[in-house]
Amino acid sequence: MSTISAPGARGGSARPAASVPRGISRTYLVLELRRLVRNRRTLVFSLVMPPVFFLIFGTSPAYAHQSAGRGNVTAYVLVSMALYGAILTATAGGASVSVERAQGWTRQLRLTPLRPSAYIATKLAATMALSAVSIAVTLAVGSLRDPQMPLSAWVGCALVAWVGSVVFAAFGLFMGYLLPAENVMQILGPGLALLSFAGGLFIPLGDGLFADIARFTPTYGLAELTRAPLTGDGFTLAAVANVLVWTAVFAGGAAWRFRKDTARV
Amino acid sequence: MDTTAPAPATLALELRGLHKSFGDVHAVDGLDLDVRPGEVVAFLGPNGAGKTTTIDMVLGLSDPTAGDVRVFGSTPAEAIAAGRVAAVMQTGGLLKDITVAETVALTASLFGNRGPVLPFLERAGIAELAGRRVGRCSGGQQQRLRFAMALVSEPDLLLLDEPTTGMDVEGRRDFWAAIRADAAAGRTVVFATHYLDEADAYADRIVLVAGGRVVADGSAAEIKNVASGRVLSASFATPELAHDAARDLTSSGSPAEVRGTRLIVRTSASDDVARHLLTATSAHDLEVGASSLEDAFVRLTSSGRTDDRTDDPTSPTAPTGAHR
Repeated sequence: MSTISAPGARGGSARPAASVPRGISRTYLVLELRRLVRNRRTLVFSLVMPPVFFLIFGTSPAYAHQSAGRGNVTAYVLVSMALYGAILTATAGGASVSVERAQGWTRQLRLTPLRPSAYIATKLAATMALSAVSIAVTLAVGSLRDPQMPLSAWVGCALVAWVGSVVFAAFGLFMGYLLPAENVMQILGPGLALLSFAGGLFIPLGDGLFADIARFTPTYGLAELTRAPLTGDGFTLAAVANVLVWTAVFAGGAAWRFRKDTARV
Repeated sequence: MDTTAPAPATLALELRGLHKSFGDVHAVDGLDLDVRPGEVVAFLGPNGAGKTTTIDMVLGLSDPTAGDVRVFGSTPAEAIAAGRVAAVMQTGGLLKDITVAETVALTASLFGNRGPVLPFLERAGIAELAGRRVGRCSGGQQQRLRFAMALVSEPDLLLLDEPTTGMDVEGRRDFWAAIRADAAAGRTVVFATHYLDEADAYADRIVLVAGGRVVADGSAAEIKNVASGRVLSASFATPELAHDAARDLTSSGSPAEVRGTRLIVRTSASDDVARHLLTATSAHDLEVGASSLEDAFVRLTSSGRTDDRTDDPTSPTAPTGAHR
């Protein structure tokens, strides 16, 4: 409406009235993606390990003939590995905030107009992009080894795994704020492997005490939901409740630490 | 017709009764400071004097316990958002896996500036490092990168927190050459340092802080002048003779101290003291030295707070506006 600009009494330096980004900065997002692609470690964890694990664990010839609901067991293992890759990617992405915090980068950003929430959103967006690529690569590699499932299961499993992995981005963020930055992934990596066992991602859970405990771990609910399009079992109430509760815990925890971190003292 | 002076320009920095406590520790304890546009001010003090805490409050990274901070008349947060104030911090604040040019381009984009970054790199003297990963840059190079990042918003006020810590002599000289060239264009610069020579060489004005307060404020020459003058020393045959001479001098208004057989006097009337010592006592091996800024620094800061600021009319703690 108003075209009148207040130039203000500035000491000589004329400044362009450029619009300062208040939300996500495209430049920043592109740079974040470039950083992920350049990071060899990230690429190994996100794009190499999951398909390799599938090739190791999921290609037994017997699996091709065993049924897993609407597909075969090969497909079951493949979907599990895709989810494992997505979870690992998302957790590492969230946890990277802690490293950047320890390096003083988030403090440096506070000397710019970028909002702390926009910083987190940028990190999450880049992480979720890589998570999508991780799932796609794993499924693409796996598709060469004869997994059987209907197209709806391919798409459904991939989508649930991808959307669900955001829960682990929140987990990574929360843990990143809590754990010492230098070795956060050294702690989270083995922790995730354990959780993946609990989610039945590597071997079926079966019955027994471990299986009973496993039902309450954050990987279990998400794994059940991810495999539902393949098994045809539908979303069980227990799995949905598991995911909702853990989402609340991780997102709430991350938000709590985030607010504490950005508060001025 | 109008003979009154023009209305004073908005102060670049205005600190009023600034306090910051961490529990029982009063890091900043009633600090007042005015910095006018275009000044290059050294914030000089020993470690723990409250320099960094003060800078954090100016940048809005922390809130004062009491008191007020104004940067060009606005709050720190507003000044940051408008890009009017920028800082070169002591350590950290860099992503090691991206290049120098990427770091500056990103910072510029956050201020809505998508133009070329090379001019900023050139001004900071790191154009040839554009493609280098930050993690591969030396400490001095990283510091100049921080400087380039601080330039992207063309800030009117630039804060430097002990910017040359850990740099070698050449690195320090290059860094200051870049800062100085930039300040010549009219930028206001406030830098914290505990290097006395740095304050002496690069600042128009020195603000000495100790115990979270300003203990002296003036040009380097003024600070030296008020703090001491000259240092005389002379030897005596025995400590008793030295003590006798010291008593005489002290009672006549030139406080002297004795170390062993050597008498030491700090005085602005060095000629008179020297004449007295050589003619009326058995002093020998007399030496006269100019007091360094280091002496001034030690004397002013080790005495802690000087609550009697107005006693001495020549004190450089007199109104800051009187200088320049």
